[in-house]
Amino acid sequence: MTSTPVLSLRGIAKRFGAVQALSDVDLDVHGGEVVALVGDNGAGKSTLIKTIAGVGPADSGEIRWEGRPVSINRPHDAQGLGIATVYQDLALADNLDVVGNLFLGREVTRNGVLDEITMEQRARELIAQLAAKIPSVRIPVASLSGGQRQTVAIARSLLGEPKVVVLDEPTAALGVAQTAQVLDLIKRLRERGLGVVVISHNLADVYEVANRIAVLRLGRNAGEYGTDATQEEVIAAMTGANLGNGNGNGNGSAPARPADEPADTVVDEEDAQ
Amino acid sequence: MSQTSQTAPRDDGAVGAVDPRLIVQEKGLSGYGDAFIRRVRGGELGSLPVIVGLIIIWIVFQILNDNFLSPGNLQSLSLQIAGMGTMSVGIVLVLLLGEIDLSVGSVSGVTSAILAVLNVNQGLNPIVSIVAAVAAGAVIGAIHGFFFAKVGVPAFVVTLAGLIGWQGLQLRVLGEKGTINFSYDGFIASLSLKNLPQVVAYGLAAIVVVVFLAASLLEYRRRSANNLPPRPMAVTIALTVLLAVGVFGAVIVLDQAGGVPILPVIFVFFVIVMDLIMRKTKYGRKVFAVGGSVEAARRAGINVTAIRVSVFTISSTFAAIGGVLMASRLLAVNQSTGASDVLLNVIAAAVIGGTSLFGGRGSIYSALLGMLVIGSITSGMFLLSVGSDVRFMVTAIVLLASVVIDSLSRRSRNQAGRG
Repeated sequence: MTSTPVLSLRGIAKRFGAVQALSDVDLDVHGGEVVALVGDNGAGKSTLIKTIAGVGPADSGEIRWEGRPVSINRPHDAQGLGIATVYQDLALADNLDVVGNLFLGREVTRNGVLDEITMEQRARELIAQLAAKIPSVRIPVASLSGGQRQTVAIARSLLGEPKVVVLDEPTAALGVAQTAQVLDLIKRLRERGLGVVVISHNLADVYEVANRIAVLRLGRNAGEYGTDATQEEVIAAMTGANLGNGNGNGNGSAPARPADEPADTVVDEEDAQ
Repeated sequence: MSQTSQTAPRDDGAVGAVDPRLIVQEKGLSGYGDAFIRRVRGGELGSLPVIVGLIIIWIVFQILNDNFLSPGNLQSLSLQIAGMGTMSVGIVLVLLLGEIDLSVGSVSGVTSAILAVLNVNQGLNPIVSIVAAVAAGAVIGAIHGFFFAKVGVPAFVVTLAGLIGWQGLQLRVLGEKGTINFSYDGFIASLSLKNLPQVVAYGLAAIVVVVFLAASLLEYRRRSANNLPPRPMAVTIALTVLLAVGVFGAVIVLDQAGGVPILPVIFVFFVIVMDLIMRKTKYGRKVFAVGGSVEAARRAGINVTAIRVSVFTISSTFAAIGGVLMASRLLAVNQSTGASDVLLNVIAAAVIGGTSLFGGRGSIYSALLGMLVIGSITSGMFLLSVGSDVRFMVTAIVLLASVVIDSLSRRSRNQAGRG
């Protein structure tokens, strides 16, 4: 990972009222790699991807896109840079067919009339490239399985030719075969040279696809691991169980804690829970 | 994404790696028929129940009174449904959003009152009066849309207030006398009293059929050229023949009664235009998307508020146009214009025609089909000299039956995994 990261976050902080949801979080995403973002509930994973997606901009911190500083204040900014986000609820219109959903909001027209033929063809090409299984591009997405719906949502995010794709819990609530299908799809995104950020609770899935595992805990970086790290190490970082043995942050790049907030405060917080 | 895929199979409609469990559609007419039966079993009924229902209604009334299917009665039926049918076109859009507009009756009443006052009392040019009345309808609709989409008042309440309020304005506009009659030889009367010249009527019918066939063939060629499975030629031919029989049949029958009146032609024109807008344009796609999932539409960058305001504006605009047509049919506007059962008939027509009350599913043609059902029942009961008492109850049963079909087909869609 010597190349310039496509997306680089430094010192991201975000606060909601009395809650410091994120403080001093760093994250790098390179092209052609899958970064898994893991952490317990409330660790700040969703808050972090919202800052990337422009839905909930960061209060402070620096975001660099291909090496130059940018600001992401609206979803539009993120899309303009080339960041596509697929949320957990997918947001598909059940009554529209696959083509209609893929091109929703960016329909192709020909003399002012929807160009269904071009859209259908591009939809077929895209789905064929992803080697995804969709029975037909002309059936309502309501009749698709959970994995197929996830596939449609991911395929839709690719239409804008993004460089980074953020997937929020893509395998939650999917069966075994469907999970495998989605994980295959994520690998194919990587092969296309995209940077992929995957949020997941499922460490088995994470180990299957990720190149790097970034752990968040209580709104801070809690280490970054390669897939050679054991699951126990990652779980320890997620839960903070590794803080006691003085070997704090794995082999990772977590920044030093600010001087005014010593590490033992965090431990106290955890003890209090 | 620019590289072309080599794995675009042509015949089965499936893409990518084909799921072995998938039932593949066979080629040709029989394959199309099988797919149709599967869709119906899966709960996607479309226009099927209403067409079957319409045929049954016509057969029953024809047996009870052999005057029912006479050219004269069918001509008066066509005049009778034009106004309310046009209003129903607007209601279909509102239902597609999953909302309701209870004000259309009152809006048609107040706008036709404006039309009558401008044209008869003020002596304004009839075209100018019509434009003013329709523009008033658009403004009213924009007001409804503003309160619903911008302020966030439920559509039910906004349009209920409109139902009462605009009726009040109608009484105020009509003034002391309460009834304004149009002259028999005016432009507005001519819309319902005059028929199209024979050449024009047959010419329009021919244009409709030829344009449909040409568009189908063009689509066939483009799809074939782009390696997409086209609609089988046999199906296109069958549909064209059905369309030709329907359109020319209607013109021939009406011709026997003296000619094709202008009023229903205006109604059918709006049905065709709005159907094309809904199916073929970005705008129509956006309305369907908002009706299917507001959140999905918003995330796709669709301005949901603007779509909502526009749909309510269109609804009231069509209410106003329908009001003009009804005024022409009645040759008068009075205090009860647009009142009583107009609202219910208009909404019932859209639902009976197959547009779902749950939003996102339906077609503009349901306004035409549903209005034919309601108009046929009314006309048949009238021929049998049955009073309003029985007529209302029968209409209520038909409406309830259609909503039951809507709900049940929604359930079987869920069971068949078609959402």
